[in-house]
Amino acid sequence: MALLHFRKPDNALEDGGRDGLPVQEDALEPELTCPECRHSTPVSRLQSRYMVCSCGYHFRMNARERIRMIVDRGTFQEMFSDVAGDDPLKFPGYPEKLETARAASGENEAVICGTGTIGKMPCAFFFMEPGFMMGSMGTAVGERITRTFELARERNLPVVGFTVSGGARMQEGLLSLMQMAKVSGAVRRHSDAGLLYIAVLTDPTTGGVTASFAMQADITLCEPGATVGFAGKRIVEQATGKKLPKNFQKAESVEEEGFIDRIVPRQQLKPVLTQLLAMHCTGGERT
Amino acid sequence: MNRTVSGAYAKVEAARNSARPTGIDYISNVFSSFIELHGDRRGGDDPSLVGGLAYLERQPVTVLAIEKGHTAKQRQARSFGSVHPEGYRKALRLMRQAQKFHRPVICLVDTAGAGCGLADEQHGIGQAIAENLTELAGLSVPVISILISEGGSGGALALALTDEVWMLKGAYYSVISPEGCAQILWKDPARTSEAAACLHLTADDALKLKVADRIISETDLGKKPFYDNLRGSLASELERLGKDPELTEKRYARFRRFGDFAADDGAF
Repeated sequence: MALLHFRKPDNALEDGGRDGLPVQEDALEPELTCPECRHSTPVSRLQSRYMVCSCGYHFRMNARERIRMIVDRGTFQEMFSDVAGDDPLKFPGYPEKLETARAASGENEAVICGTGTIGKMPCAFFFMEPGFMMGSMGTAVGERITRTFELARERNLPVVGFTVSGGARMQEGLLSLMQMAKVSGAVRRHSDAGLLYIAVLTDPTTGGVTASFAMQADITLCEPGATVGFAGKRIVEQATGKKLPKNFQKAESVEEEGFIDRIVPRQQLKPVLTQLLAMHCTGGERT
Repeated sequence: MNRTVSGAYAKVEAARNSARPTGIDYISNVFSSFIELHGDRRGGDDPSLVGGLAYLERQPVTVLAIEKGHTAKQRQARSFGSVHPEGYRKALRLMRQAQKFHRPVICLVDTAGAGCGLADEQHGIGQAIAENLTELAGLSVPVISILISEGGSGGALALALTDEVWMLKGAYYSVISPEGCAQILWKDPARTSEAAACLHLTADDALKLKVADRIISETDLGKKPFYDNLRGSLASELERLGKDPELTEKRYARFRRFGDFAADDGAF
């Protein structure tokens, strides 16, 4: 675990070309209140333990923070960042929404893709971004993830993908729906080449992303407490006409129901991924 | 503008009319000697997805049809065409069977959306759709999908990652219902028809976006000449697809082009 300390980015690429946020140490430092235990913790302290509250609650994490947590230091090469959504259907209010999302997240789309290593083993990666329209999947997101699987297939790389998404992006209409088909095709071709795909589902993974690449991995990991489901809670409540069980669509019940392989606390994600990847390395023997 | 707005939503409402022919009507009139095969072999059988074998002219095919029913009683029994995980897994089993016996697959799609009850979530509705998508992507037999009325999001796509996607003139295909879209985006049910127009969900829109390959005229809908025409179209298309040794590759390319930022072919 000693290798996994949170650290500042050491190249501009890893940080998306933005200046790192200065860590404030004074009394005015912003705090986050845990929705589970109501305890408030300074952000810098949370960052030093992967945004996990002392009670075990996992705060949402942006894609850049995840890259720093998961990918070996200095190895991440971002790709396909020039692929960005426009407004193919001229949907009212969508260009403004994109602009707001870009300003708020500092990213130009809802997923960051690239290559790098985990425990020195080369991988292709995608990291969805909750700060960008809650990871909603439009044509650009679908295209970036498709290219990631295609590139991984060409280079014989495993894919490690982190999902967080409210589902398909309705402002791109049918073209968003088609991304589910497009990515599924790319996943299938990557799989047919005998290559490994590990998905890590994080809070929330729902809608069209659940109904496609989140549920198509060889190994599906999930963070504790994450919401994982297809239909929104309110819709299910309406359809059922009853109050839903407390753990509805929570990782713990989805694991019981048999749809994820393993719940992995964030602090253990990198060691678990490292072990799983090593077990699939050529030769595959323990050294 | 107002005419367009009411136009798209009027089409959605018309597509929902329970008098329109449903999956079983097509099975009885387009195909012959249909023999229904039940069950997902994992513990369930979903009546909202009817699957089995039939002849299309002289060719044995696998038919997978979402069935909504016409009467209130039938619709209740068929979950209003909202397919459960068990239904998608029955379809999955029959697709694999079709692959084994080199049999083409014809899908008839008519759903407002996949099942959204508590049991659907607990039985992995998302996973069931996801698995159908990777299965369809890898089939080497011809697969044609016809959206006969409602094409509701992932629940429809789970039977429509196919070589050819046809839509009836009066069908719609959408990433979300216009009601859901108006509610989520604007929190205003009064803007439902505006949402319908913005979503570009009519058959004509889908054709323009190349999401659909062909529009089926509704002249004589539900009558013998209509079904005869459709049978003829399917038979000649299957003959064409059956000769193509690169079906799987071409199916990938068909869906690959949506939002292919490198191609810049002016598709949208």
